Amino acid sequence: MTDTHSPSDAEILAATPHADEKHDNLHGPTDKQFIGIFVALAVVTSIEVAVSYADIGPLFLPVLLFLMVAKFFGVVWYFMHVKFDHQLFGRLFYIGLGLATAVYLIMITTFRFFGA
Amino acid sequence: MSDSVIADTIKDAVDIVKDHADDVHDHDVHAGDVAAGHDDHGAHGGHHSSLGLSNTKLAMWLFLGSECLLFGGLISTYMLYRNRHSANLGPDQLWDIPFTSASSFVLLTSSLTMVLAVSAATRGDLRRTKIFLTVTALLGGLFVAGQIYEFTTFYREGLGFTTSLFSSSFFTLTGFHGVHVSVGIVMLIALVGMLSRDKVAGDNAETVEMVGLYWHFVDIVWIIIFTLVYLIPA
Repeated sequence: MTDTHSPSDAEILAATPHADEKHDNLHGPTDKQFIGIFVALAVVTSIEVAVSYADIGPLFLPVLLFLMVAKFFGVVWYFMHVKFDHQLFGRLFYIGLGLATAVYLIMITTFRFFGA
Repeated sequence: MSDSVIADTIKDAVDIVKDHADDVHDHDVHAGDVAAGHDDHGAHGGHHSSLGLSNTKLAMWLFLGSECLLFGGLISTYMLYRNRHSANLGPDQLWDIPFTSASSFVLLTSSLTMVLAVSAATRGDLRRTKIFLTVTALLGGLFVAGQIYEFTTFYREGLGFTTSLFSSSFFTLTGFHGVHVSVGIVMLIALVGMLSRDKVAGDNAETVEMVGLYWHFVDIVWIIIFTLVYLIPA
């Protein structure tokens, strides 16, 4: 057991949790990119409204739900910084979101099968 | 085990204890500065958990996760009862899609100004931070004003809170969202006031980011409400 060494400054810095956090925070979108994302979200909203007036048959519901989910994650990933931040923050949120979806599905299923 | 290994281990242990003592000293000095009103804004973040993550941020994300459950329950209830109304007072007769679409754009724009405020705060640009926060609060106020107008219109057309199961679930869902937006506006105005008077304890950027997370959450809830309640017919 002679293979011991004191950690170098670089190793200590790399192992410091704050270093990871600050490193991640520096790699978010720039202001111009935020404006680009906003324009994309605004376009998606316009398409949503247009689709609600158009007659696209059985595609109506899937298309609207897809656009809704795209907008939702556009805001969560970029504006709320989940894509660039520590994974734990996103996971906490997704757990709540998953539970909420489960509550929704259980309620709908329950009322469908046991409702009056 | 050789003597050199024992000596290295003792040396490492002493270093660790010494580093810890230095950390405690730094923390005490910083706490003393804050108590004396000499907080170095922007230099220090909030308290960090053993994971190295901000406790404040962790708590905010936990809170937002729990808020998902609140709105999940309210949206589920609305979806169950949206067909329980009289023939002439349902969504098809009441909804004004162009008006609600304009409200959605207002809220989406407020999300942009909020994220620009967070970006400015991260750069330490206090002036732009305050301007963007103020614009966000104004856009939020415009959204709430639109919601009050919409509620008043529905009420004049005969849709009260207890008129039907549809109306109760609709007013509860959108009302709760409106209250959240209003609370967000209060937070934004308070934050602008605190930044102006240099009263924010700890890191300015992190505080702006926390308010920003709450504001974006309010926006994503509206994204769901707008599609499920207004755009998809009952």
